[in-house]
Amino acid sequence: MTNSLIEAVSDRFPAAVSATHAYRGDQTVVLRPEFLLEIAQFLKEDQALQMNLLVDVTAVDYSTFGKSAKPAFFASSGVAVRPSPLIPDEDPWPGPPAKARFAVVYHFYSTDHKHRLRLVVPVEESEAELDSLTPLWPGADWLEREVWDMYGIRFSGHPNLKRILMYEEFEGYPLRKDYPVDKRQPLIGPVN
Amino acid sequence: MKTDNTMETDQTAEVPADPEKREMMLNIGPAHPAMHGIIRLVVELDGEQIQNADVDIGFLHRGFEKMSEQVDYNGVIPYTDRLNYVSPLINNMGYCMAVEKILGISVPDRCHYIRVILSEISRIGDHLTCVGATAMELGAFSVFLYMIKAREYLWDLVEQVTGARMTVSYCRVGGVKADLPEDFAGPCAEAFKEVRTVIDESDKLLTRNRIFVDRMNGTGVISAEDAISFGITGPFLRATGMEYDVRKDCPYAVYDQLPFDVAVGTRGDNMDRYLVRMEEMEQSMLIVEAALRDMPPGDVLVNPETGRPIPAAQMVDLGKMGEIESISGGCAVIGPTLEGSGRAQHSSIAADEKRVFLPPKEDTYGNIEGLMQQFKLVMLGHGLRPPEGEVYFPVEGANGELGFYVVSDGAGKAYRVRVRPPCFAIMSALSTLLTGDMIADIVPTFGSVNMIGGELDR
Amino acid sequence: MANNPSFLTTRLDEAIGWAQKYSIFQYPFVTACCGMEYMATACSHYDVDRFGAGLPRFSPRQADVMFVVGTISHKMAPVMNRIYEQMADPKWVVAFGVCTCTGGFYNNYATVMGIDTIIPVDVYIPGCPPRPEMVLDGLMKLQDKIQDHRASGRRAEPESRPEVFEV
Repeated sequence: MTNSLIEAVSDRFPAAVSATHAYRGDQTVVLRPEFLLEIAQFLKEDQALQMNLLVDVTAVDYSTFGKSAKPAFFASSGVAVRPSPLIPDEDPWPGPPAKARFAVVYHFYSTDHKHRLRLVVPVEESEAELDSLTPLWPGADWLEREVWDMYGIRFSGHPNLKRILMYEEFEGYPLRKDYPVDKRQPLIGPVN
Repeated sequence: MKTDNTMETDQTAEVPADPEKREMMLNIGPAHPAMHGIIRLVVELDGEQIQNADVDIGFLHRGFEKMSEQVDYNGVIPYTDRLNYVSPLINNMGYCMAVEKILGISVPDRCHYIRVILSEISRIGDHLTCVGATAMELGAFSVFLYMIKAREYLWDLVEQVTGARMTVSYCRVGGVKADLPEDFAGPCAEAFKEVRTVIDESDKLLTRNRIFVDRMNGTGVISAEDAISFGITGPFLRATGMEYDVRKDCPYAVYDQLPFDVAVGTRGDNMDRYLVRMEEMEQSMLIVEAALRDMPPGDVLVNPETGRPIPAAQMVDLGKMGEIESISGGCAVIGPTLEGSGRAQHSSIAADEKRVFLPPKEDTYGNIEGLMQQFKLVMLGHGLRPPEGEVYFPVEGANGELGFYVVSDGAGKAYRVRVRPPCFAIMSALSTLLTGDMIADIVPTFGSVNMIGGELDR
Repeated sequence: MANNPSFLTTRLDEAIGWAQKYSIFQYPFVTACCGMEYMATACSHYDVDRFGAGLPRFSPRQADVMFVVGTISHKMAPVMNRIYEQMADPKWVVAFGVCTCTGGFYNNYATVMGIDTIIPVDVYIPGCPPRPEMVLDGLMKLQDKIQDHRASGRRAEPESRPEVFEV
């Protein structure tokens, strides 16, 4: 499969792109945060790309990547258990993008040319702020609110950045890896 | 580390300060029948006309994405059932195909056909529920009863195959749980006859009914460009005239080999969405019938007379005592919940990949390799381990493009599972849809959105 | 009423209990997947109307049984509490589905682990989702409770919640 979309973006904005890959056929571009709005506009308006559908905006917290507990059976023997060598991987995944804690992931699709692209924007925890894409796609409104609600990443220029799935009195960002799964903050009733 | 949560408090609950203001603020609260229980609409009304609508969601947020990081890959499947709970098999299939994409394995053709057949049956059930509920809220209660009756026939079919009516957990990573029962085509044809009768009757009752047409025509209009810019997909988008169906444009499973048409509307109002859904039900039935004809045959069950069926408990005992030769050719008589997953059918319902799929019970009980494979997949701390990677896999859900974005870090549990919910995008456009319409138009518009809470709030 | 039971008052209590149990006005507080099984129970295949309970009243003032159907999240809990308080006595609550009984398998930051931590529950119908036959069985148990409530003079005490064992 040709990586035409990756080439189109990296040829036009070589300074913005920090890495690319096409793991399992999904073309992915890792960007520097300050170029996000410019590249998104290019994706939407360029005739060859015409990415008119913003499919999804989400985020991943890479702070505990690869650090999960080893299986109990082998723990005492010190034998590490890795993915099976029988499962094919000629073109392995390069790994989490950059050293930043978060990565905000955008998926785009073009209904005319029928191609997809993924943009990954690494975001540091200390400066968790990106440009909002709501001027280009109004659908980004709620998606970015959800990223704010679940991860605490702000979007500058967003018309109405408040919590969407949790209630306003909730403190903390639930999908971060350091938020315990059963820490409840009930409005009424006991804390089970 | 102190988290910064100092955004302004919810403004919508405040009374407007200006006493001369004409608009009335009305709260159509979460416990409301037409809101399907869990949406809060705060509308500003000028008489009967809606000036502004604020949509408040999240009342059914159950933490699907957080839970899927706590359980192993196959353990996420019951959680995916409960996302779009009227069409659970489509969610199962989407998730399993996403994980299979990371693993890089492919399943046998028959397994694809089985998944397609059950997905389409789920889709028919979803559209029946949506159209029925919309009709009920507009006053046509009989149509609702007829459609739920038709849905019961479909759920009987699903129960014969999977064992459960609604929350089925049928797909596994690398295959499906068990093969179709031997005589599936017969009951399927009968069920479809009932469904076609019901669709016909409802068509006669609704499509040219003056009241229904007056309430649905011209309400909730959205143009194709607006719809695309909100991220809307599925029947909602197709009713505006744009022909985007994931099954046709990015085909997966065996959809590229099955002939079907995509229903496309013109005006983008509620009536067109109703007509698109009715047509899609018929197309789904045609897909299932074509798939049942074209499906590659599974292995025939070993003849009980010659195949020496042995009760499973006895097989376990013989295996423990080392008498492997006496059971190596036999088939186990296993309970009804495992029917269809025996050794004979195994090659047609599961990928041939030891690291991913459980062995047939005859092998688990009968030889050490099967037991080891079962152990490595089931015991706590082990389990299937995909390579590191991230994938996005879209399927055509009943509401639109249902995508699963899975990130794996090589451990036994998924690192991140994200569901791209189709009705989330549609609900974000709801305030645009409602502005300018009358308050009575909320009901048909909201009904045709087919908001499913489990998918919207996850 | 239970103080001097005489022949006439017990017959009267039984008659009123009989009338109440066969004319249940339910408030279906439907949130999630159990709602689909609730719809299936209420419609023609597994008709709940033959038990007299087929008329959902969508106003809590007019209802006497609240069916809490589907997972209750912490965002929804105050709403459910308010609806319960708005209902007039005598009122009963049915916890439909395992998410309302004990929280189901959603043991996380967002879910109430059992609505009986907030409001008293009369009948628990477990299942994920419960089959319509189970729902009808639960409904019949509720009807037995309704039949007896006048005779005892007050509603039966809801069972106290067993202590959660810390592992």
